[in-house]
Order: sequence, then C-alpha cells, then structure tokens
Amino acid sequence: MSTLSSIALTAPELLLSVGSIALLMWCAWGGDAATRTISVVAVALLTGAAFLLLGPAGYGGTGFGGLYHADAFGAFAKLLIYIASAVSIIVAPRFFADTGSMRAEYPVLILLSAVGMGMMVSAGDLLTLYVGLELQSLAAYVLASFMRRDTRSAEAGLKYFVLGALASGILLYGISLVYGFTGTTDFGGIAAVFGTPAEEPVRLGRLFGLVFVFAGLAFKIAAVPFHMWTPDVYEGAPTPVTTFFASAPKVAAMALLLRVAVEAMGPATEEWRQIVIFCALASTILGGVAAIGQTNIKRLLAYSSINNVGFALFGLVPGTALGVSAVLTYLAVYIAMTLGSFLVVLQMRDARGEPIETIASLSGLSRTQPALAAAMAMFMFSLAGIPPLFGFWPKFLVFDAVVDIGLWPLAMIGIATSVIGAYYYLRIIKTMYFDEPAEAFAPSGSKVEGGLIALAAVVVSPFGYLMIGPLGLISLNAAKALF
Amino acid sequence: MIGIQHFLVVSAILFAMGVFGIFLNRKNIIIILMAIELILLSVNINLVAFSAYLGDLVGQVFAMFVLTVAAGEAAIGLAILVIYFRGRGTILVDDVNRMKG
Repeated sequence: MSTLSSIALTAPELLLSVGSIALLMWCAWGGDAATRTISVVAVALLTGAAFLLLGPAGYGGTGFGGLYHADAFGAFAKLLIYIASAVSIIVAPRFFADTGSMRAEYPVLILLSAVGMGMMVSAGDLLTLYVGLELQSLAAYVLASFMRRDTRSAEAGLKYFVLGALASGILLYGISLVYGFTGTTDFGGIAAVFGTPAEEPVRLGRLFGLVFVFAGLAFKIAAVPFHMWTPDVYEGAPTPVTTFFASAPKVAAMALLLRVAVEAMGPATEEWRQIVIFCALASTILGGVAAIGQTNIKRLLAYSSINNVGFALFGLVPGTALGVSAVLTYLAVYIAMTLGSFLVVLQMRDARGEPIETIASLSGLSRTQPALAAAMAMFMFSLAGIPPLFGFWPKFLVFDAVVDIGLWPLAMIGIATSVIGAYYYLRIIKTMYFDEPAEAFAPSGSKVEGGLIALAAVVVSPFGYLMIGPLGLISLNAAKALF
Repeated sequence: MIGIQHFLVVSAILFAMGVFGIFLNRKNIIIILMAIELILLSVNINLVAFSAYLGDLVGQVFAMFVLTVAAGEAAIGLAILVIYFRGRGTILVDDVNRMKG
C-alpha cells in the first residue's frame, strides 16, 4: 500500500492534529478572548472527523506497513470518542465562566487527546499503541489540573500524573518483554508467535509480558485492583473534565484492550481469561460496595464507572466476536448514561452560581426541578441495569456472551453483583424523590445543556430499544473486524 | 561473557526499584518523578538489549520514541508540580491528602 493511500486512512487523525495545531496558534495570538470561537471550531473539527469515518478511514484496512488499522472497529470507537469529546467541549464554557478560569487551551487539549485516542483504537502495532496512549494521557494530565488556582484540581492532576505514568511504565515494560520474546511489535506477528508452542523460559517470558500489558491497560480503564486513582481524580478535576475522563478515554482504553486481547493475543485467550475474569468480578463488587458510603456525587459516579467497566469486561471473557460486539454495545450505551448523569451534575449549582457536589443537595429535586430529577432518575435506573430502561440491554448481551461459552456460573455471580450496585443508584433516586427539599439549584438557563440531557435521556429510555437492530448490526460488524 | 539474561536482570532490578520508589517513598514528590524515569529507562535497556539480541532494529526505534515521550512526560509532571506547590506550599507526599483515598 502506497504512502498516499495510507495517509487517506488516517484522515480523521490528520484533520484533528493539524486543526489542533492551528487552533493552538490561534490561542497564542487571540488569547482567551478567542475561546468561544475556538470551542466552536473544535466541535466543528470533531464533527468533520466523524464524517471522514464514512470514507476510507472507516473501512480502508491496514496502512503504514501494519502500524495503523482503519477498520469498522476503530470507526465505531472513534465515533463514540468524538461524541464524548464534543460534549465535553460544549459544556465547559459555562462551568469555567463562573470561576473565571476558562482558557482557550481547553478545547485544543481535548482535540489533542482525541487524536491520541484515535491512534489508540486504530493501533496495529505496539509502537502506535504506546504513542497514541501517551498523547491521550499527557493531554489528560494537563486537563485534570486545569483550574490552576484550585488546590483540589492541582492535586487531582498530580495523582493522575503519578499513577498514569506508573501505568504507562508497567505497560511499556510488558511491551518490551512481548517484543523480546516474540521478536516483533506487529499485532498480527505477535498473534502468530503466541499461536506456536514455546520452550519453558520463552513461554514464561511471553506470559510475563502479557500480564504486564494487561495490568497497564487495566490501569487505564480503571479496573480493580488498579482503580485507586479514579475517585480522587474524578472528584478533584473540574466537572467538564471529569465528564470527559468518564467517557472518551474509557472507550478508547477499553477498545484498545479489546484489540490487544483479540488481535495480538487471541491465541493466548486461555492465559488472559483468568486476569479478565478477576478484574471484572473485583470491579463490579468493589465498584458497588465502595460507592455506598460516598457523599460526593462525582466520587460516587467514579465508583459507578468502575462498576460499569467491570460489567463491560465480562464481555471480553469469552474472547468471541459475540462478546466483543456486546462490549461495544455496552460502551455506546454507557457513553449516553455517563454523559447524561454528568450533565445533570453540571446543573447542580447554588443560588450564587457556585458548583455544588454533595448528594444531599439533590434532596427533593423532584419538587424543585421535576424534569431534571426525572432525567437523573432515568440515568440512575439505567446505570443500575433495571429492565425497562436501555441500560439493561448491554448487560444482558454481555452475560449472554458469557453463557454462550458455557461459563454460566460466572454469569450468575456477575448478575448477583449488579444487585449491590443497584443499592446506591436507588439511594440517589430516593434522595431526589422522597427527602425534604434542600435549597433549590439556580436555574440552568442553558438550552444546549438541557437539550443534551433530554437527548441522552431519550437514548437510555425504553425508546432506546428501537435502536437494538442497527446498533447490534453495527457493533457485530465492528467486532468481526478484529477476528 | 555478558548475555541477554544479564541485561534482563539489570533492567528488572531497575524496574522494581522504580516501582518501589513510587510506593515506599514517603518524602518528596520529586523522588517519585525520578522513580518514573527509572522505570522508563529500565524499559529502554530491555528494548535495546532485545533489539541487539534479535538483530532487529524495531527495538531501538522504540527506545527513541520512549525517550522522547519520557521527556514530554517529565515536562508535564514538573509543570503540574509547580502549580501544586504554588497552591499548597509543600511537595511532601504525606501532604497530598486534600481528598481522602
């Protein structure tokens, strides 16, 4: 494949990276006065990149000598990533305006992170994987500490940086071992070597590499036992940034994990299955139990995201196309639920316009703002996976895939753990509907955010089931690209 | 004769020192940054040793990428440390506790 046609495959990344560099220049000369225009252009760039996925970038195959895979799987994940990134840009100005800390670099950092995430989900080689992951992470560290004068934000950035760098180091050590014991960094080549039996020291070396790679990636998706940074970072980072962290990088890291597990280490499914089962069970249980005592809504949603990642991981356990497509469906619905609930959190501000984050302040929301309370209730029921809402469907698919390979005891334990999670989701609904009203929130006044909440609520509502057909088809098609 | 296993052992020791440096260090955040560099350098030793052993250039190219990214990472880490210090006036590990956990 010629270089020119390889370049056509990376069109979305090229558009975003060139665009973000141009916008960075604009920041430098236009200053913070240009923030609004830059945000609009950034969202337009993300939309443009999403449309480019319809071209060769969405199905073109392998480019740059195997470094980059432009396939349906990457396109599916990128679409979710671009949506989540665009929402994180749209909600930011109003949040930062009150503290006077909105800066023109915010949309640019999100764009750079989106480029990195695009590279991650399209990686066909350990080298692209690493560079994409680092581009995403480096932008994310800066975003976490974006409110420079807020000590909590700086602390969140510091914690995220230290543990994120450690995760990258562990991943990288695994990569070096995999490279050494297979002799290649290409996913296809690694799979071919993993498929052949090996003598004892080499087999052990490969196994060590595999474990380190999975541990590094588990850090990035915040699966237990590598989750300890999540609650602190989610609480400390500014809420629009938390919205971003909980959605886009989660999808990217999860998609990357799927690609590495299936495309590069597919023949070693037996070896990594135990790791994935452990992480999935531990995440669902700990994500449910530790959330119970929380009083901060962002911290609670952090544990909720750990819990949900656990459920998504169940879909990886079988290592089949059915399981991978279930995970992709899960991610699509998870994005809608998470963005929706964080958009509601963004509406929580007191009469002076200061953001508030305590769960207690949601008391009696059903009487002061019935529409907002109804939307939040839908997101919570959906995250808990209660049937009439759409959040139930991906959980069903995931466990269906687990049962399909005969691991029904695991599916039973998994379903039992979802009951623990339901407790704290229901507690929020109880607070909103049955407690004495607390001080009312300041009226939102933002039609865009209201519209986005309504849109997310429609997606997770029973109307979402109308999408089962197309969503199932697209995600299965995407999953088949890996096999 | 120094073989591949010697390089692997050195790199494993450096990696373990880096990881323990992050978790056991109770003093200063700068030391954590140094530990992170140590981890990345241990990986580089691995990559270059494997590259020479396999007679394959990819490992050395990879090491170049790791060096570049490590530089960027150190820059961002120090920048975050500076704004943290401005707000809190300390960089002791035990004081990083504004949020529980």
